[in-house]
Amino acid sequence: AAPRLAQRGRGGGRPGAAAMTWSATARGAHQPDNTAFTQQRLPAWQPLLSASIALPLFFCAGLAFIGLGLGLYYSSNGIKELEYDYTGDAGTGNCSLCAAAGQGRAPPPSCSCAWYFSLAELFQGPVYLYYELTNFYQNNRRYGVSRDDRQLSGVRFALFHPANECAPYQRSAGGLPIAPCGAIANSLFNDSFSLWHQRQPGGPYVEVPLDRTGIAWWTDYHVKFRNPPLVNGSLALAFRGTVPPPNWHRPVYELSRDPNNTGFINQDFVVWMRTAALPTFRKLYARIRQGNYSAGLPRGAYRVNITYNYPVRAFGGHKLLIFSSISWMGGKNPFLGIAYLVVGSLCILTGFVMLVVYIRYQDQDDDDDDD
Amino acid sequence: MDCSLVRTLVHRYCAGEENWVDSRTIYVGHREPPPGTEAYIPQRYPDNRIVSSKYTFWNFVPKNLFEQFRRIANFYFLIIFLVQLIIDTPTSPVTSGLPLFFVITVTAIKQGYEDWLRHKADNAMNQCPVHFIQHGKLVRKQSRKLRVGDIVMVKENETFPCDLIFLSSSREDGTCHVTTASLDGESSHKTHYAVQDTKGFHTEEDIGQLHATIECEQPQPDLYKFAGRINVYSDLNDPMVRPLGSENLLLRGATLKNTEKIFGVAIYTGMETKMALNYQSKSQKRSAVEKSMNVFLIVYLCILISKALINTVLKYVWQSETFRDEPWYNQKTESERQRNLFLRAFTDFLAFMVLFNYIIPVSMYVTVEMQKFLGSYFITWDEDMFDEDTGEGPLVNTSDLNEELGQVEYVFTDKTGTLTENNMEFKECCIGGHVYVPHAVCNGQVLPDATGIDMIDSSPGVSSRESEELFFRALCLCHTVQVKDDDNVDGPRVSLDSGKSCVYISSSPDEVALVEGMQRLGFTYLRLKDSYMEILNRDNDIERFELLEILSFDSVRRRMSVIVKSAAGEIYLFCKGADSSVFPRVIEGKVEQVRSRVEHNAVEGLRTLCIAYKRLIPEEYEGICKLLQAAKVALQDREKKLAEAYEQIEKDLILLGATAVEDRLQEKAADTIEALQKAGIKVWVLTGDKMETAAATCYACKLFRRSTQLLELTTKKIEEQSLHDVLFELSKTVLRGSGSLTRDTFSGLSADLQDYGLIIDGAALSLIMKPREDGSSANYRELFLEVCRNCSAVLCCRMAPLQKAQIVKLIKLSKEHPITLAIGDGANDVSMILEAHVGVGIIGKEGRQAARNSDYAIPKFKHLKKMLLVHGHFYYIRISELVQYFFYKNVCFVLPQFLFQFFCGFSQQTLYDTAYLTLYNISFTSLPILLYSLMEQHVSMDALRRDPALYRDIAKNALLRWRAFIYWTFLGVFDALVFFFGAYFMFENTTVTNNGQIFGNWTFGMLVFTAMVFTVTLKLALDTHYWTWINHFVIWGSLLFYVVFSLLWGGIIWPFLNYQRMYYVFIQMLSSGPAWLAVVLLVTVSLLPDVLKKVLCRQLWPTATERVQNPQPSDAWCGPRPQDVAFTFWKNEEDAAPPPSLGPAQDCHSCSPRHSFPGSSLETPV
Repeated sequence: AAPRLAQRGRGGGRPGAAAMTWSATARGAHQPDNTAFTQQRLPAWQPLLSASIALPLFFCAGLAFIGLGLGLYYSSNGIKELEYDYTGDAGTGNCSLCAAAGQGRAPPPSCSCAWYFSLAELFQGPVYLYYELTNFYQNNRRYGVSRDDRQLSGVRFALFHPANECAPYQRSAGGLPIAPCGAIANSLFNDSFSLWHQRQPGGPYVEVPLDRTGIAWWTDYHVKFRNPPLVNGSLALAFRGTVPPPNWHRPVYELSRDPNNTGFINQDFVVWMRTAALPTFRKLYARIRQGNYSAGLPRGAYRVNITYNYPVRAFGGHKLLIFSSISWMGGKNPFLGIAYLVVGSLCILTGFVMLVVYIRYQDQDDDDDDD
Repeated sequence: MDCSLVRTLVHRYCAGEENWVDSRTIYVGHREPPPGTEAYIPQRYPDNRIVSSKYTFWNFVPKNLFEQFRRIANFYFLIIFLVQLIIDTPTSPVTSGLPLFFVITVTAIKQGYEDWLRHKADNAMNQCPVHFIQHGKLVRKQSRKLRVGDIVMVKENETFPCDLIFLSSSREDGTCHVTTASLDGESSHKTHYAVQDTKGFHTEEDIGQLHATIECEQPQPDLYKFAGRINVYSDLNDPMVRPLGSENLLLRGATLKNTEKIFGVAIYTGMETKMALNYQSKSQKRSAVEKSMNVFLIVYLCILISKALINTVLKYVWQSETFRDEPWYNQKTESERQRNLFLRAFTDFLAFMVLFNYIIPVSMYVTVEMQKFLGSYFITWDEDMFDEDTGEGPLVNTSDLNEELGQVEYVFTDKTGTLTENNMEFKECCIGGHVYVPHAVCNGQVLPDATGIDMIDSSPGVSSRESEELFFRALCLCHTVQVKDDDNVDGPRVSLDSGKSCVYISSSPDEVALVEGMQRLGFTYLRLKDSYMEILNRDNDIERFELLEILSFDSVRRRMSVIVKSAAGEIYLFCKGADSSVFPRVIEGKVEQVRSRVEHNAVEGLRTLCIAYKRLIPEEYEGICKLLQAAKVALQDREKKLAEAYEQIEKDLILLGATAVEDRLQEKAADTIEALQKAGIKVWVLTGDKMETAAATCYACKLFRRSTQLLELTTKKIEEQSLHDVLFELSKTVLRGSGSLTRDTFSGLSADLQDYGLIIDGAALSLIMKPREDGSSANYRELFLEVCRNCSAVLCCRMAPLQKAQIVKLIKLSKEHPITLAIGDGANDVSMILEAHVGVGIIGKEGRQAARNSDYAIPKFKHLKKMLLVHGHFYYIRISELVQYFFYKNVCFVLPQFLFQFFCGFSQQTLYDTAYLTLYNISFTSLPILLYSLMEQHVSMDALRRDPALYRDIAKNALLRWRAFIYWTFLGVFDALVFFFGAYFMFENTTVTNNGQIFGNWTFGMLVFTAMVFTVTLKLALDTHYWTWINHFVIWGSLLFYVVFSLLWGGIIWPFLNYQRMYYVFIQMLSSGPAWLAVVLLVTVSLLPDVLKKVLCRQLWPTATERVQNPQPSDAWCGPRPQDVAFTFWKNEEDAAPPPSLGPAQDCHSCSPRHSFPGSSLETPV
């Protein structure tokens, strides 16, 4: 009778199933499949995070971290940096005149000042020239969205129909579209620098060539940013019918004389358009890698001519100029090395603490056992 | 079923007034009653359409959406989504809209599909053909066109299309057999009777001529209750009035058996049938985990709101200087300037809310649901819980309570059919002091067994011979057993006695056992034919008794009677019932001897019944007949009136003797109970049986041990002393015993402590529960609970079904709010199954009602052990990790965004790109935790089963307590700080590439995000103890997916996006060495504290579970390896007692493997 009973059981597993689906939710009882999965007996590796595994792990990790940390620390220490705040606070060099002159006027009048410094020894190259702004919120949300990537990628329709996010820099008072639109473009950093080297004291200043290309991401410059299609071979005609952002002195197609570095693909512009993460940020201005200066800046006196345009005092900001060398790990940043050293030592320290605890309680347990 | 049952019980036991049920009048065959009868207002009845579907094609979308958004979580996400749509927020509506849309769509599709299935089934039901009688002819119509009053013909093996009054049958005697397996699960055949006056209408023409009206109550869900009357009009006479009872009613869903065809008239149709009325969704039970999840949710909601508030306030403080609010490089539009300040502040607040809303993720709900749904399959799949004998496996009726199985503190179990087999075997009978034992060897012979009882006279005289035969006849007649007359119909019990194979079927297995016992003693019940019962006596003569009345069994009276007329014309009333209900009604017979035997048997754990009789003179019978008839015809309070009538009839009886039936213990019941007690679960037995029997069972299944001191709180004791005194005395005893020790930790486990067992009976319980006049009932309850809490085991006997539920409720609502589990197999357990936090039904012999109303159904009691100790434990640790982990990973996710606000001028700038915001919870970190929550086994199944004490490690929601929650939250906060400030110091004022180029804000976010995804995934990897290939696949796979996705997402200019901010961001980041180093550093630092905590806790304060985890690898696969030394160390440690100074380790000590292994050797069944 056993099979018959089993049959009945199966039928009974879903009472009413024949009549209605009301009880169909009760899952039918059936002979379960005997697989490792259904029986929850899949072969498995069962690691345990016990002290005997963790201790060597901690020591190894600690040692490795300290090693890495030392490497990072020294390589960061090998990097030289030279920076100068040219904001022009009263009594800080000749830029204070420009700062005072430009006070409260927008756009401020063009003004020049200079920064003199001398190097006692070779500034190991390659040397990169950065500018740094403080208290400038490029990461402000309203600011960050105020751009039209479609326009910047050279879409002609978007050129004349800037995105609404660009407001209030979407259209000029006359209703013409602004190209490039938006607050980011409008606030393009427009100070410019030139570097002069005086080999001998009293000698003439020789201009150090600044390479203004290769400062933007390759993909940004080559793919993401595109000029609109030329009209009659002229970029200016392509931009006809648009106006430059209100703060700009010249239209976008005149940013540079180099046809490969003007318009939307001007590298200064592209660099600026990559908004910074923090309110204090650096942006790459130029690389020094040509001629005699490819190995670095030789010893001697230097002058940086600054065209002082950009107003920062209105928002309490500062402008800095930085010469920095670069290693494989980038610029000078002791944080990573120190962090590695600290974490490595912490690992070893906790390793020791754990070892002590481990042995101590081991002994105590053994004692208890003896009792 | 559930509600109706409870309602019935309430009616029955709470002596409430029966509500007046408006009656309905039905014209059979739509023939108007003859003029002159009262005019009835015609009523409108629904057609016979069954609608089980919830939606129609038209209302599906709105109704389904409405239902879904009624869930508070969905509603919250909808609000967030709407806020995103309406105001200018930092994240696009897609980020919350897409997951919400996904969740809603998936749910809608699932529900739509289920509803479509229901529609299909409904249509099949509604369109299946039904045979009508119309003007004396047979017509086929669709079932849904059936109307109240139609006469229907049903053939064998067809189901009844609606609730019918049984008019006539193809059988001569006007009966038919019916199985109600699909209604209440009882597969036994039940006999229904046609209305006396109409049973002669056999043909279609005849039945078409029937002229009758039926008055009956309005539909109500109780399957076993029906009251009505039929007026049959014949041309000549006054209408005949007949009572109708449930025996005349054929229910929709039942199937006709053993009968060629029947005619019936439809009285309840469509959604008014009893079957439809019984379809009610059960009240939702919520698990403790879900409750704590909701509490955590509220905490996080508060955190969210305070975060948004803080940021809004700070924003306006910070912005108070105009050069910050509106610097020259970031001018506002005119409309922005003109907006009201408060409106702006409010919008900002909402925007911050939106920015941080991910702290309460949609995906958690989806994952929890999926985990529960998929996880519950492991129960149904479990081979160990499959019962070969019955071919039944466990059923999961709700997956919402899986984890609750790991939290049970009280188990309330039924006795009969749950602890015992409910497989009755006739053991002996005692007739006037002589004991008769049927013996297999001496088949058919009576063996007076003298041992253990003083016989009054050892040689049965004539009178005793007479009473002996009367006793046997009484047993052969006093029952409702049916004889199966064909083989292919299944019955719950096949007679073991194959010689004269008669298959008896009854709803009560005791009756079958008795009738079979009689067969072995020489009296065979043959059949009931034309209301004559036929018995084959010892001389192989057939005796015929006319069955006059059956006073059927009910659980209040606890007895049943029959009135029969012998061939000689003598009328007897035979009564069979529980001793307590029979003895008071006995006026004659050898009461003392029988009583002592009954008590003796009860102590042995046998079920006893007493048999009495009285001879009725015809006048008496006439009176009885009238009494019964009057009660039966009554439309209102019929049950009450019947009970009164029965009370009057069953009195002045003469005691014949008693029977004893054995109900064997279920396999491994003792082992299971012992394991449950070791797991810290208190086991209470609630039974309707009498005290002695129940106590014996409790001893047999080791609920009570020899050392257990039994405390009694029974009617007998209360009669001696007042309840007050008894209770106080008990509590004094108990409290003295437990002394100052913490009782929760030790009760039921340690042998050296005196443990107590409490026995309480139903009457005493109702005294305790009854509110007193002065309203101080609470005192008694408290006192009673106090006593109960200190007892390792409690036995409640003589319980009415509702009292079982009361007990469960009492414990459930006591001040510790323990999690309760009720397990039972019969209809009388349904109320407690519904009441308890977790209801478990045994797929038993007494039908499927318990199984159908339960949350989980298992074939045998022993399966409870694996279900709680293994499955429950697993589910609990899985879901608790799931919940904690989800909150943790979202703290990690959201807090950096919060911190970033301090560096972006509180402008609600997001740190991560939209795609990452959306996909973080959906795809980057979702699968590993889902699979973890399905696969994790922190200890092996065998260890859990071997060592029930491990269950205590997770008791009282241990992994979701505030301490654990705060630990996880702080871990999340720490990790978030590490990510954010790590990235911050990395990016501060420098370049991190070797070409001097500078990264922007999206690379910053990307670095944080990458470190986060890796940390969060590796954190789960650290928590995983059970690495199957699936775990490897999803953990490493989802990391790989993250990388591949990022490469793709950043590698292409996506034409459909109007911004390209992520273009090459990830790849540029990868080109930077320091970024790699930073990710490694940040991930390590984030994981370090957790690793440290794990290792130290394992070393210093190992839980019992961790102690079990340890030796395992040393045995399994690390034996001969070089690490051997280390592991021997471990083994020593594991055997050792923990340092005495460490408090928490104390209780672990008592349940360490070493100490419980000797105990577990007891588990081998004796």
